[in-house]
Amino acid sequence: MFKIIYKRVLNPMVTWMDIEAPLVARKAKAGQFIILRVNESGERIPFTIAKCDAEKGSVTIIFQKVGGTTKLLDTLEEGDFILDFVGPLGRASEVEGFSRVAVVGGGVGCAIAYPEARALRDAGAHVDMIAGFRNTDILMLEEEMASVSDRLFVMTDDGSNGNKGFVTVKLKELLDAGEKYDLVVAIGPLPMMRAVSDLTKEYGIKTIVSMNPIMIDGTGMCGGCRLTVGGEVKFACVDGPEFDAHLIDWDEAMKRLPQYRQEEKNCRLMNQ
Amino acid sequence: MAINKQNEKTPMPEQDPIVRAANFDEVSTGYTTEMAINEATRCLDCKHRPCVGGCPVNIEIPDFIKCIIQGDFEGSYQVIKQTNSLPAVCGRVCPQESQCEIKCVRGIKGEPVAIGRLERFVADYHMKNVEDTVKRAKLNGHRVAVVGSGPAGLTCAGDLAKMGYEVTIFEAFHTAGGVLMYGIPEFRLPKDVVQKEISSLRDLGVKIETNMVIGKILSIEELFEDGFEAVFVGSGAGLPNFMGIPGEGLLGVMSANEFLTRINLMKAYLDEYDTPIRRAHSVAVVGGGNVAMDAARCAKRLGSESVYVVYRRGESEMPARLEEVHHAKQEGIEFLFLTAPVEIHGDAEGNVNSIECVKMELGEPDASGRRRPVEIKDSNHLLDVDMVIAAIGNSPNPLIRMSTPGLEANRRGCLIVNEDTLMTTRDGVFAGGDAVTGAATVILAMGAGKQAAMEIDKYIQEQ
Ligand SMILES: Cc1cc2nc3c(=O)[nH]c(=O)nc-3n(C[C@H](O)[C@H](O)[C@H](O)COP(=O)(O)OP(=O)(O)OC[C@H]3O[C@@H](n4cnc5c(N)ncnc54)[C@H](O)[C@@H]3O)c2cc1C
Ligand SMILES: Cc1cc2nc3c(=O)[nH]c(=O)nc-3n(C[C@H](O)[C@H](O)[C@H](O)COP(=O)(O)OP(=O)(O)OC[C@H]3O[C@@H](n4cnc5c(N)ncnc54)[C@H](O)[C@@H]3O)c2cc1C
Ligand code: SF4
Ligand code: SF4
Ligand code: FES
Repeated sequence: MFKIIYKRVLNPMVTWMDIEAPLVARKAKAGQFIILRVNESGERIPFTIAKCDAEKGSVTIIFQKVGGTTKLLDTLEEGDFILDFVGPLGRASEVEGFSRVAVVGGGVGCAIAYPEARALRDAGAHVDMIAGFRNTDILMLEEEMASVSDRLFVMTDDGSNGNKGFVTVKLKELLDAGEKYDLVVAIGPLPMMRAVSDLTKEYGIKTIVSMNPIMIDGTGMCGGCRLTVGGEVKFACVDGPEFDAHLIDWDEAMKRLPQYRQEEKNCRLMNQ
Repeated sequence: MAINKQNEKTPMPEQDPIVRAANFDEVSTGYTTEMAINEATRCLDCKHRPCVGGCPVNIEIPDFIKCIIQGDFEGSYQVIKQTNSLPAVCGRVCPQESQCEIKCVRGIKGEPVAIGRLERFVADYHMKNVEDTVKRAKLNGHRVAVVGSGPAGLTCAGDLAKMGYEVTIFEAFHTAGGVLMYGIPEFRLPKDVVQKEISSLRDLGVKIETNMVIGKILSIEELFEDGFEAVFVGSGAGLPNFMGIPGEGLLGVMSANEFLTRINLMKAYLDEYDTPIRRAHSVAVVGGGNVAMDAARCAKRLGSESVYVVYRRGESEMPARLEEVHHAKQEGIEFLFLTAPVEIHGDAEGNVNSIECVKMELGEPDASGRRRPVEIKDSNHLLDVDMVIAAIGNSPNPLIRMSTPGLEANRRGCLIVNEDTLMTTRDGVFAGGDAVTGAATVILAMGAGKQAAMEIDKYIQEQ
């Protein structure tokens, strides 16, 4: 059993949770993830490790309520327990050897982008962060993102914070103004990552994205998380979750995501 | 008692095929006492005991059968238990027709003695009627780590605990049992049976730590640093192979591992569990082994109208247990032999809508001694299906190998061990089961776990 030691509501859809898991906290690196199961009848679902504190033995996850399990998880409070918690899974991000990096986050993807920005900055890179949200109501983690980047640009789709436009608008603006990035990291919904990938391909900038296909075991056992990368089949849970954006078969990845949409609709909790 | 001349095995009571194809309850309900005694009296108590040699763990088969005739079922259980720590499992899932029963003298003129069924009867009798009193061995002060809780790991851990070792099993999943829990379905091997075996290990003092992916949370090196003096790797062969044909990225194409894990481990077939499962109208399962049979029969139970097993060789080459093939046919699974898939087609949304296959014929024998299937030209045809399950084999997972310096594997990813000692290329690290042999059988994995326990004991005593 794993205890929830801290919970904070970031916006109506997104929650921050610190979970006591000392062994995972000791080992985890930026870019890796955990899989948890709330209770005996629960499904196994993956979340990126947003932060860890080896001293306190805690692991932070930041999750968006999208369906049955994330809603169930959100009903738990500080002091409650999660039945299973396994990690750290996947490969750590490569953060060494970059000088100027743009880290682009979209929505809840900012939760994953921000530790990545921190790791890159700790490794010596200049980090610009571009964070995109639908509107100011769901803006979150501004302070955290500002603290791990040299410059932070927050964009809203509807312009409600005064910066109207998708993250790609800002990124293009920076590139056209002569910014020379040796790496772009994009984390967020698939269409956003794909748009960033298409843009940076034109500019010939190496781009890394964090993929989140459906997973079960997270150890390479089921093949459910497979993607085509550079013409080869890769398992996101062991070969990823981060991949070279320019090698991903985006059409296939976008099609595979709603795999269980129909079945999830039939799920008891979803109908509440 | 006089020898029973009956040429056939005493039939096993089973659920009606139509009824059982819609539930996950066990197919065979097991012998009654009368049936068991009737079957036991078919045994000739042969002096040269050929059957014993056919069993990979050399159970004293005529002895346990003799006890059944005498009505001493617990005594019979004790005979089996001397060499087999999971009789309730083996009685149900061993490929008896190619192991113990193939050697049985009664098989020359009729059917062999139903050794597996009798073993199951005795094990079930024990479970139902005898309270195990476990005597924990006196601890000898040495610690051993076991990676993986499949039959290899469980057997190794149990034997070491009985010798006085302090044993900890590390399991990646949230539940112990390996393939016995996530692969083989409830209707063939009830999960209660497996959990009972596992709880008796706990009674022996074995610690089981779940949610621990070795190679990630702890490396093998760190296990040694933590004070474990030897490590047994029984991590199985969990990496699914795909066919490598166009269309495998379509929705509705999955590995048997994914399909079976959702069903068996995550219990997706029960309403009160949250894990979703795809329920297809029509399913093609590619492969001809036990895994293919299990996937096909699960699909049927989830309500699929047509379920095809697509296998590129002929019926007699199928590696699945005979009984499973027989049961699958009864349940309405359709077998397409000498048929191989070449492409999977989908609709505009990316959902599978058919699988394209070719007909095969058998040519020259290949390395495995089986005749190699060769494609018949222009025999392409479509099969309308909305789900395709790949059950064409598994390879060992590379996680541990990649995270352990000095641990070597062969071309197929199987860990290399010294055959006599089961020690890997890394000192103090032993391995056995599917991780070494590639996908094999429960009883072979247990045999390896047993041998490894002895070798680990020797290794530690010599240090
Ligand atoms: C490696 C990895 C890291 C992840 N990290 C985070 C994270 O840090 N924070 C976070 O909020 N989410 C993260 N996710 C996504 C998260 O796992 C899913 O949102 C979650 O499984 C949904 O479960 P549910 O039961 O609440 O929703 P469901 O009822 O399963 O699904 C609701 C809707 O979400 C879609 N969906 C299901 N699974 C995913 C998925 N994997 N990605 C996107 N959409 C999905 C479904 O198609 C459906 O439309 C990550 C996924 C992966 C694979
Ligand atoms: C669907 C199916 C049906 C089968 N039917 C039969 C049958 O009827 N008869 C028969 O004899 N055989 C059958 N087999 C084969 C048999 O189950 C296997 O040969 C046997 O289980 C192998 O045992 P094992 O202990 O080596 O590995 P497994 O049973 O595979 O167990 C390995 C365990 O190690 C864990 N693990 C892996 N990596 C790590 C890690 N890094 N850290 C921690 N834990 C790890 C896994 O999660 C797993 O629990 C079947 C197999 C399948 C898949
Ligand atoms: S363990 Fe398997 S092979 Fe050995 S006697 Fe029992 S059923 Fe036969
Ligand atoms: S070979 Fe058959 S008949 Fe002979 S002892 Fe073994 S089980 Fe009995
Ligand atoms: S989640 Fe099962 S192989 Fe990646």
